[in-house]
Amino acid sequence: MKKAINILVSLVMVAGLVSCNNGENKKGSKGQGGLATNAAEKVYVAPGEHDEYYAFFSGGYSGNLTVYGLPSGRMFKEIPVFSQFPTSGYGYSEETKPMFNTSFGFVPWDDSHHPDISQTGGKLDGRWIFINGNNTPRIARIDLETFETVEIIELPNSAGNHSSSFITENTEYVVAGTRFSVPVPQRDMPIKDYKGNFKGALSFISVDQETGRMGIKFQLMMPGFNYDLSHPGRDKSHGWFFFTTYNTEEANTLMEVNSSQNDKDFIAAVNWKVIEDYVNNGGGTKMPANYAHNVYDHDTHLATSTMEKEVLTVDPTKVPGAVFFLPTPKSPHGCDVDPTGEYIIGNGKLSADLTVHSFTKMLDAIENKKFDGEAYGIPILKFEDVLAGTVKQPGLGPLHTEFDGKGNAYTTFFISSEVVKWKLGTWEVLDRQPVFYSVGHGMIPGGNSREPFGKYFVAMNKITKDRYLPTGPELEHSAQLFDISGDKMELLLDFPTHGEPHYAAGIRADILKKNSKQFYKLADNKNPYATLSEADARVERKGNEVHIYMTTIRSHFTPDNIEGVKVGDKVFFHITNHEQDFDVPHGFAMIGANNAELLIMPGQTKTLVWEPKQVGVWPFYCTDFCSALHQEMQGYVRVSPANSNMELSWSLGED
Amino acid sequence: MKIIMKSLAAIAIVTLISCGGKEEKKSNDIQIGQKPAATEASTETTNASSDVKPSESVDLTNKGIGPIKNLELPAEIDQAMAAKGMEVYKTKCMACHKPDKKFIGPAPTGILERRTPEWIMNMILNPEEMTKNDPLAKALLIEFNGSPMANQNLTEEEARQVLEYFRTL
Repeated sequence: MKKAINILVSLVMVAGLVSCNNGENKKGSKGQGGLATNAAEKVYVAPGEHDEYYAFFSGGYSGNLTVYGLPSGRMFKEIPVFSQFPTSGYGYSEETKPMFNTSFGFVPWDDSHHPDISQTGGKLDGRWIFINGNNTPRIARIDLETFETVEIIELPNSAGNHSSSFITENTEYVVAGTRFSVPVPQRDMPIKDYKGNFKGALSFISVDQETGRMGIKFQLMMPGFNYDLSHPGRDKSHGWFFFTTYNTEEANTLMEVNSSQNDKDFIAAVNWKVIEDYVNNGGGTKMPANYAHNVYDHDTHLATSTMEKEVLTVDPTKVPGAVFFLPTPKSPHGCDVDPTGEYIIGNGKLSADLTVHSFTKMLDAIENKKFDGEAYGIPILKFEDVLAGTVKQPGLGPLHTEFDGKGNAYTTFFISSEVVKWKLGTWEVLDRQPVFYSVGHGMIPGGNSREPFGKYFVAMNKITKDRYLPTGPELEHSAQLFDISGDKMELLLDFPTHGEPHYAAGIRADILKKNSKQFYKLADNKNPYATLSEADARVERKGNEVHIYMTTIRSHFTPDNIEGVKVGDKVFFHITNHEQDFDVPHGFAMIGANNAELLIMPGQTKTLVWEPKQVGVWPFYCTDFCSALHQEMQGYVRVSPANSNMELSWSLGED
Repeated sequence: MKIIMKSLAAIAIVTLISCGGKEEKKSNDIQIGQKPAATEASTETTNASSDVKPSESVDLTNKGIGPIKNLELPAEIDQAMAAKGMEVYKTKCMACHKPDKKFIGPAPTGILERRTPEWIMNMILNPEEMTKNDPLAKALLIEFNGSPMANQNLTEEEARQVLEYFRTL
């Protein structure tokens, strides 16, 4: 009897637990969960359907760029940019190694920060996306037809390439500013003599509108402050560029104290059109330099690196009307310009208020020469004369502001962990939402253009802690998606991001997806090591170099048996994928290779080097599950002793 | 005591059922040991009982599935067109099809004695659908170990040139 009761009681308990589980869910969601609202519906992209937006998140210390869909938060791709990527062989294959060439030699890593999509007439055009390498100063261009990095240019006279890479309205320039000022030219000198002797270079990189090819048009050699972030003027302020500065104290040690002394630092306003004219008319000084310019070609499937030996520098004091300083409180971080081009927002990260400058007032102050002194010969405008307004005590630690195109601004607050929506012109706070936790940048797709798509806001949070299942001390960062189509922001979704996104750029999916390339045409393959006909597959010896010209198609390598390779040889596998269909790459992996695999897209040629060290018969195979016979896609290389007389031979099947 | 037990049982049953309306339906669908409903697929396998390999079978009526509905071949072989076809064949087909011997796929020599010109071109231009829905192409896929006929994205013009080249073999 007792037993029966026990069974019944436990049944009731189990049933209670199983029943609907709502209580449990609600507890976990901390009151912002999707169950009480239709948030789940808003982010649900049904199987087989596509997201409305592509979002490109910088990878920070991953050096790369990751592609997500919005509103789903699904990750589609990691695009290798500044870091070697064994997944595809980027930076390991002979074709792509030159992408990492710099004046410091081969640098296979960087810290990627601020992506920006190319524009025409102030609107996103989806041709390219640019991103900066912070550590060894570089700017990369990624082709949005192929989602591949196609160009990397190094920046001389620069260090901590942080106020980069932002695009002018017609992609005339990609702009890159230096965060750490350095001696220019570099020389052996005491660190304590920093003040007055170091320079901060602001680089204006022109972009060829046909090819996208970058070239440094000029470098503006500014005083030795730290140039933190920047933004182009747009619409009415097109032709200007704005940079936040900190460490106007020019301290060189214990910076967290010594560079926070001044009540105000500056936003540097640069009239690049005036400087462009000056340069086009022979102005500026050419100085010797040494920097790498690396370009990847889609027809040869080959990167080439050229060392440039000269750069044009401009002294701002020599160009009247070109550069002015706008006093801005307390070490401003983000420097953001609203879609009309009128308001320049300085996010003073140690200030309680947000400072907004007026472009119209700035022009007026310049015209009437209302200067309040100068710094290193550069006129300082009077704070009160350029101020449009302040947003009073909106939060703690403002970092960055985005715009929805409907007259509202959204500022992230790192210290108080929130996003605050406020109104341009009246400066009133309209809404605030907590984020989890410590938000850095925010992003509205198209937010950097004249026409933002003001539907979603993504907060890129620095601290994840309890938002996901713990995965040891290291956690992926947490992004949060808000619906901003209504009066109040609504939290819809948490999703993890890879590396440390410092910024992102978003665009409507339909602008990109129609241009996306599906495969490379074999007929257009101009790689010098390509094997365009299977009949030409062969093996050649040049001294101790062995070149294997190999082809792949589902599911075999031609040739797949190779003999006559010797210990001490340097073997080049030049592999051409003969598939001509979407989504049929082949992989190539060789036992004991000291680099990585290759992932070869249809119609592409890639080369992997292998240096056999041991006598034997060694297999290679395809790593990408290509067909039902993928497991059969393999071959052998026979390696004979170094002093062997074995002649080269190769075959496939009985031939 | 009995009353307590009865009511407990009632509560238990009610609670168990409460959210499980759909659950129950699902479990009805999954029953191990049940015979599967007869499918159409099983009727097609009767072809396999014949001794002729699909690659050697002759079918001069099947036009296949794809963009080519009707194609009349002129009596004369257009040698210039065939030469172009040979070039296309070399770069895009030969990795799997040797002209006169079975390799990854069947050899094209004599193919026009076994297949209609339309079927050949549809197989080149539309291999995914052919190997899925055309009975002959399906049988060939099995004969050749499930090795898929790759879509090499030839244009119709190129496929026609390759067909002309096949006529010279």
